[in-house]
Amino acid sequence: MSLEIIRPGLLTTVQDTGRYHFRKQGIIVSGAMDTFALRIGNLLVGNSEEEAALEITFAGPEIRFTQPHLIAITGTLGTTYINNEPVSLWKPVFVPKDSVLTFGLPRTGCRAYLTIAGGLDVPKVMGSYATYMRAKMGGWFGRPLQAGDILPCKEPTGYTHKLNNLVKTDAQPYVQATWGFASRYYPAITHEPVIRVMRGPEYDHLPEQSKADLWNKSFQVSTQSDRMGFRLQGSKLALNNPVELISSAVTFGTIQLPPDGNPIILMADHQTTGGYPRIAQVISADLSILAQVLPQQTIRFKEISLTDAQQLYYQQESIIRQVREAIKLRIKQAQL
Amino acid sequence: MIPEQTASFHVYPLGDAAIVVEFGTAISEDVHKKVRAFAAYLEKNRFPGMIEYVPAFTTVTLFYDPWMVSKLGKLDAYQEIVHTIQQIENKVEEIELPEARLVEIPVYYGDEFGPDLAFVAEHAHLTIPEIIDIHSGAEYLVYMIGFAPGFPYLGGMDTRIAAPRRSSPRRVIPAGSVGIAGNQTGIYPLETPGGWQLIGRTLVSLFDPQRQPPVLLQAGDKVRFVPISKAEYAAYKSHP
Repeated sequence: MSLEIIRPGLLTTVQDTGRYHFRKQGIIVSGAMDTFALRIGNLLVGNSEEEAALEITFAGPEIRFTQPHLIAITGTLGTTYINNEPVSLWKPVFVPKDSVLTFGLPRTGCRAYLTIAGGLDVPKVMGSYATYMRAKMGGWFGRPLQAGDILPCKEPTGYTHKLNNLVKTDAQPYVQATWGFASRYYPAITHEPVIRVMRGPEYDHLPEQSKADLWNKSFQVSTQSDRMGFRLQGSKLALNNPVELISSAVTFGTIQLPPDGNPIILMADHQTTGGYPRIAQVISADLSILAQVLPQQTIRFKEISLTDAQQLYYQQESIIRQVREAIKLRIKQAQL
Repeated sequence: MIPEQTASFHVYPLGDAAIVVEFGTAISEDVHKKVRAFAAYLEKNRFPGMIEYVPAFTTVTLFYDPWMVSKLGKLDAYQEIVHTIQQIENKVEEIELPEARLVEIPVYYGDEFGPDLAFVAEHAHLTIPEIIDIHSGAEYLVYMIGFAPGFPYLGGMDTRIAAPRRSSPRRVIPAGSVGIAGNQTGIYPLETPGGWQLIGRTLVSLFDPQRQPPVLLQAGDKVRFVPISKAEYAAYKSHP
């Protein structure tokens, strides 16, 4: 059971839901940029949500499956091919031995997740499979995938065997389930997404004009953006007075304002603490949308209260719970 | 959002899944002891929905899962967390903190290893040797680890050599770089972007995922910088 990387794509890494409990030592969380897509992808193939998957950035890889596999692709919306035939996303798919997976450029979004029944068989480092590229640890030797890498997969669960009995696993070019994650629940990836944010601890350090600009202007994600952070360009924001803050914790979605006036949104590979003013904070429920934004795309911000942000958090968790329950039922009924 | 005020700290949210507990607004050993005690209490007394905590100079940020803390959406997660923190307040007094260790860090100051040393001297109206003497003459307290794996935020820097952060961060700073930002000094454990003014470099590894424990320093340690010559630096490089 393994995946052979024929072409690695632009940036393909092993990720999971993140490395927790070590932030106090300065060890970053990393993990998927779009954890929602990764979690749903894992559930679709009968895994627990925390299994290791591949995060595929914009230009996708070419991958050969050495054995029949049950897989799912979630995240972006674009054209993905198995054995040169387009295949549905957000659905369980059976691929026969020696199948080849290729990607067209995404129509919307820029990060896809490939989940495999059983999960990737890479060592856990400090409790997580996530790749921490700067520290060269976790994932697949702490680095992005390269041509010629052969990634082992774990033995799938009983679920796959049940489904195995339902299909001819040599059916070409592949067999996809009649069901999948309903499109009405996909995160709303639009041309100019509106990202909901809460005021940050230093929001009141902004003068009125900068506050107005934050809510009314659009901001472009600069080409100098990566998994660590999105640098924004557009209206330069200012502070009432220059402030040297005492460093304190930051998190995924914290919007910092360096003295040059161009905000930075911290993403999955963000540092654990920072000293720039924290003017706003992207709500957890919208991080998946933000993760799919490409450099040079523009975004807008909308203010939301803590209470409403937590309600949206519960809604997203409820959806994931419903998916988990629905899939349990499918397994019980052995429905493909 | 009005911070909840209690006797010895106040709290405020950092987004919808973290809360900041602030023990003071200035860096001091007294505040540091409260931070460490609160962190030590959390370490020993995890509660459902608590993910992890990050102690800093004056704050402990507690990361939690609102879904769990709210009993799957039935309660107000933030109110619950505030309540939990208020319960802890009285128990922090009773915690014993361990003795501090002293760790020496050899540093080569200036040249290509400290490209901002001249700026720091100019900003301080001092000479470069004076900056080196002042920087290496103090014993620093590791207040917190953060920003990068094993990166120590050190207290005790002479304010005469303080310098503002760069207005735009450098995209690449080599591992082992020693820098100044505001009234703080620190060492970069990994190659990373950053906005600190760089004054020197060390070859001591602050973070090595292959080593146990991977992180060299911990909050509460004492650190001293030892200036070394280029020859000593080169010798250290061949025999660390």
